[in-house]
Amino acid sequence: MSPPVLEVSALTKHYGGVHALDGVTFSIARGELLALIGPNGAGKSTCFNILNGQLRPDSGSVRLYGRDITGLAPRRIARLGVGRTFQVATVFASMTALENVQMALIAARGQVFGLWSPARRMGREDALALLEQTGMAALAERPAATLAYGDVKRLELAMALAGDPALLLMDEPTAGMSGDERQAMIALVRQLTRARGLAVLFTEHAMDVVFGHADRVVVLARGRLIADGSVEAVQSDPAVRQVYLGGAPASISEAP
Amino acid sequence: MSFEALLFQAVNGFASASGLFLVAAGLSIIFGVTRIVNMAHGSFYMLGLYLAVTLAPLLGETFGGALGFWGGILGAALVTAALGALVEVVLLRRIYAAPELYQLLATFALLLIINDATLYFWGPEDILGPQAPGLSGSVEFLGRRLPEYDIFLALMGPIVLIVLHITLTRTRFGRLIRAATQDRDMVAALGINEALLFTAVFALGTGIAGFGGALQMAREPANLALDLSVLGDAFVVVVVGGMGSIRGAYLAALLVAEVKALCTALGLVEVGGFTFNMSRLTLVAEFLVMAVVLVLRPHGLFGRPQPAQARRGEAEAPLVPLGRTGRLIALAVLVCFAGIPLLGAVASYAPVLALDMVIAALFAASLHLLMGPGGLASFGHAAYFGLGAYGTAYAATVLGLPTPLAFAVGMATAAAGAVLFGWFCVRLEGVYFAMLTLAFAQIVWSIAHQWEEVTGGSNGLFGVWPDPPFDSANGLYLAALGVTVLGLALIRRLVFAPFGLALRAARDSRLRAEASGIAVEKVRWLAFAIAGTLCGAAGGLFAFAKGSISPEAISVGRSIDGLVMVLLGGVHSLMGPLLGAGGLTLLQDMVMRESPYWRGLLGLIILLIVLIFPSGLAAGLPRKRGAP
Repeated sequence: MSPPVLEVSALTKHYGGVHALDGVTFSIARGELLALIGPNGAGKSTCFNILNGQLRPDSGSVRLYGRDITGLAPRRIARLGVGRTFQVATVFASMTALENVQMALIAARGQVFGLWSPARRMGREDALALLEQTGMAALAERPAATLAYGDVKRLELAMALAGDPALLLMDEPTAGMSGDERQAMIALVRQLTRARGLAVLFTEHAMDVVFGHADRVVVLARGRLIADGSVEAVQSDPAVRQVYLGGAPASISEAP
Repeated sequence: MSFEALLFQAVNGFASASGLFLVAAGLSIIFGVTRIVNMAHGSFYMLGLYLAVTLAPLLGETFGGALGFWGGILGAALVTAALGALVEVVLLRRIYAAPELYQLLATFALLLIINDATLYFWGPEDILGPQAPGLSGSVEFLGRRLPEYDIFLALMGPIVLIVLHITLTRTRFGRLIRAATQDRDMVAALGINEALLFTAVFALGTGIAGFGGALQMAREPANLALDLSVLGDAFVVVVVGGMGSIRGAYLAALLVAEVKALCTALGLVEVGGFTFNMSRLTLVAEFLVMAVVLVLRPHGLFGRPQPAQARRGEAEAPLVPLGRTGRLIALAVLVCFAGIPLLGAVASYAPVLALDMVIAALFAASLHLLMGPGGLASFGHAAYFGLGAYGTAYAATVLGLPTPLAFAVGMATAAAGAVLFGWFCVRLEGVYFAMLTLAFAQIVWSIAHQWEEVTGGSNGLFGVWPDPPFDSANGLYLAALGVTVLGLALIRRLVFAPFGLALRAARDSRLRAEASGIAVEKVRWLAFAIAGTLCGAAGGLFAFAKGSISPEAISVGRSIDGLVMVLLGGVHSLMGPLLGAGGLTLLQDMVMRESPYWRGLLGLIILLIVLIFPSGLAAGLPRKRGAP
């Protein structure tokens, strides 16, 4: 098996006396869709924010292809090949969908300080190709502020892909979407993961999305990693059942 | 200098710190609850002092000196608080939901109106208040005489700090204030009467400021420059102490006041053969304190990072380059302006007025680069105008450089200032950015005022006349038109280049911009530097146009003129600042020069803009104008 894209080892973060993260270790391989789940307050957000550089861990390390990226600024981590999408999709509202992706391409290619040539011609073909891949081609000239929320999510995905990332961090990629949209979105992510050889780490509350599409699942509870394995293994793990259902016998795959 | 002198000045510093603290504390409390930075806060301090010097003698006649003096102070504080409540009910309630920039502008308009109202009621002369009965003497301290009143003032700061602390922690009102500061929505959801709370808080904050002003009665005369100078100081204190923290405000006030006192105490200092008059460097010292604190703790000593605020108001339409018609119109306007010298024979005033308009256009357009695409409203753009004007004037007169070279020196001076100050400013956003830019502009203004050897002090620099062929009205006008057109073309180019796109991206969503790998602070820093340099060019042209430059011409008023020009035209359009610059210049020329109260009139215009177009002027314009 190829070396892991991302290795997270022994991440620890305290807030006062509270262990937000306590020795969390896992890794992701190329072409893998890894779900990070856990009840509210389990430390998912803390973990995510450490991975993308918004928080610095108390100890432990984050390695991208073996390179230590712990505590680097978000934009540096982005430039090293980590794309990300937010729980509440965030794009540049005053630009068209096409301009949004062009901007992401310009940033990824280090052309931000171009002061003279007009930006409208830069990366246009590649941006259109990315919009095509995410099913947004028809809306390329629409101002982002006028897009429906599901389309904003897909536009954000196109922008996250602009840097040709090795790793994609997606914070609740289907939050705020209807059932059909959710399935379409995660199917798109899965297809892109295979086609591009991406590694994707995503958090998600919708269990149908997690258990229907993830290759592997890691489970956090009170800052500790309590399970790491295939969908089937995690679903039948007594510790996971304990955390989610307080020991009740029902299958957690039936949770909404 | 002796240790005794140092200690003596240190005690003095405590007295000054109390005054600073009272203003900053009120500012901080009001901001905490209402999220409004009250630009008129210094005005309430000034009003407190004016009211006190009026009330004290009046009350003194009836009740005797002592009761009159202390009654005057108390009365002034109460009247100021009542005025504050009135302002909150009449004005602020209408703008809580407006964009930050409009809130800043509305309260600044209030500052202008209060200043002119004070001029109307009390006249332009400084007014001295009575001495404090029972505290007019002095005590022997380390071989010097220390005024008793200063000791009293030094104690007042900590006393108010303790009283405020007890109020905030022990009373229901205080708990409400703290709750609202932490989570406004929750307080509203709990069914608290928010409107009443806001009014009470605003009255409390302005009352404390008025009290602070009134206390100065025995120390300094009431004068009309107090509002702005106190406001600048209070901003520095709040930025250093951390917005929303009362003890931070006291500590910062103490720090700033002590550093100033130390500079005064040091007097003349010789370092390596150079003699520095440290007492003239108090402002530079203040700047250094702020710089060190901001580098070490970007949110101030006790401040916490503000939660990212959602952008209020609708997102603007994407910028599109001019179509054919637009280009033709722009060309036609340019031809008209280039043809103005031909009017010289009929209307000799035309080139002079057109020159003012052209300079204003460059000034406003450079500010718009920051405000529009950058989303950063600078309240201190006059600083770079001033640096450009003084740099040019100094090079042309004292150094005797030829005109184009002197102009280049001016731009370089402005560029250096913008690079230096910009490094600090781009670390902040929103109201913090506005406060810091204003504080820097106050510092530049004060340096122009105090560094007489170079700037000519309050008289400024004279005889800044350009060499031929720029020495005629038409020659200078055409040169200025050329510079401005070049500057505008550069700005347009930048806005549509990747850099401009990145600047807009950082404005729309800083989070997304950084996640995409854009170095937001660097992009903003460069924008700040470019805007400052172009603004310096406008300043250089101004110096040549007027033949002189004085601190008056680079005061906060000029920064505000710039803001009004940009908003008058519409912040969402690249043409907006040009229309606004032309409009305001004409208006000032025709109406405002006729009246001594034109500043108040300007304030009323600003209020009209804010209240009638609370979501921005562009909303009032046909949507097509949204494109440049």
